[in-house]
Formats: sequence, structure tokens, C-alpha cells
Amino acid sequence: MTTLDILFGAVGLITAASAVLAVTTQHLVHAALWLVVTLGTLAGCYLILGAELVALVQLLVYVGAVVVLVLFALMLTHAPIGSSPAHSSSAVQRVAAALIGAGTATLFAAVLLPALGGQISATRAGDTKAIATQLFGSWVWPFELLSLLLLVALIAALAVSRMPTTSAEGESA
Amino acid sequence: MIHLWLPLMLVCVLVGAGAYGVMARRNAVLVLVGVELLLNAANLLFVTMGSVRGDTLRTGHVLTLFLITIAAAEMGVALAVILALFRDRGHIDLSEPGS
Repeated sequence: MTTLDILFGAVGLITAASAVLAVTTQHLVHAALWLVVTLGTLAGCYLILGAELVALVQLLVYVGAVVVLVLFALMLTHAPIGSSPAHSSSAVQRVAAALIGAGTATLFAAVLLPALGGQISATRAGDTKAIATQLFGSWVWPFELLSLLLLVALIAALAVSRMPTTSAEGESA
Repeated sequence: MIHLWLPLMLVCVLVGAGAYGVMARRNAVLVLVGVELLLNAANLLFVTMGSVRGDTLRTGHVLTLFLITIAAAEMGVALAVILALFRDRGHIDLSEPGS
């Protein structure tokens, strides 16, 4: 066990526990808040793995923007504050989902761990300059395509939210 | 130095939790939380493989940045769809049929 192993074990444990809590808690708002913990500690995991730029972008975009969007969506759809068992699915569905989820996790473990689990990686800290060179060198066209994707997503979100609904048509008719 | 089985185990846990969240939740926003966990499992796998030496193009880290951007775009459109659904139906319970 190295120092990084112990660090990653501690942060990863928080990430795993908060991820499980985010999908199992009965409080709708708590699910979004546990998602904050998951994404924040995941940024810590990236930091330990030597990806500082990715960790900072994760904090900015996910914790800063995506979670705020999720919270806004919960508020705008009148999510009840406090525990809401009325919103939970039936026990049969939850057991089936837990079985399928555990099966998926086992499948991933069975594929990934024997193939790659034995490796030891030397993390490269302070690698941001090399990433920037590659990002705006080799990867510049996918990068430009992504800015187009963001524009399309922005216009699509605007178009969808302005779309007349059937109930609104019924009121105006 | 870090043993790769640790991040890989975390990837497996995140995938399992995400799959459970997508299938067990009835609220559409909470299904999206499960989708986010699945995307983050993919991100962690990218970063883990990107930290292995020999990645001269920095593929792992750059693709993670791309995937974070795509996830943000997906989130914006998905929440617009959910809000349109809420205005139309008055609820976002995925287990109930639409009117």
C-alpha cells in the first residue's frame, strides 16, 4: 500500500457511500445534495490520480452548474421537502433494480479487474501544460465540434421549453 | 504510485449505483441523477486509464473533459424536456401513463 492508495481508498469510500445514498434516499432534495458529495469527492479522486485540470473542470461544471440545474428542476417540479415515500417505487421493482445493479457492477469487476487491476500506475502530477498542448493540437477539431454541440443543446433546450403543450393548447382553444 | 484496482473498484460501484438509480426511481429528475452517476463512472475509467504511462496524446484526460461537456449539454436538454413534461402532465412520475 502506498500513500496514494490510502488517500484514494479514503476518498473513494466517501464517493461510493454517497453515490449509493444518492440513489437510495427517500428525500428528493437529499438525493441532489448527496450527488454534490459524490461529484466533489470524485474531483478529489481525479486529483489523486494526477488529473488536476479534469478535477477543476469537474468542480466547475458538475458541482457548480449541473447540480444547480438538478436542484432547480426539483424545485420547479414541486418536489416535496422531506421524506416522500409516495415517490418511491414498489419493493419488487427496487429488489429487481438492486439485483440488476449488483449484477452490472459484478460484470464490470469481472471484466476490468483481471484485465487491468494488477497494474501499478505512476501518476503524473503537473501535467496540465501537456494536456493543453494536446487539447488544442491533436484534439482541436473534436473540441470545436463540442462547442457546436453546446450551441445546438442550448437552442434545443430553448425550443423544447417554449414548445406549446397539449394542456396549454386546450386552455387557449 | 497507485494500484489500479482501487479506482477500478470505484468505477464498478458507481456503475452499479447508477444502474440501480435509473431502474428503481420513479421521479424523472432522480433517474437523471442515476444517469449522471453512470457518466461519472465512465469519466473515472477514462481518467484512470489516462494516468497510465504511454498515453502520449493524453487521450484519457482530454476525453474526460469532452465527456463532462457532453454531460452538461445532455443535462440542459433533459431538464428542459422534464419541465415540458411537468407543464403537460402536472407530474413527472415515470411509472404513470401520460394523459
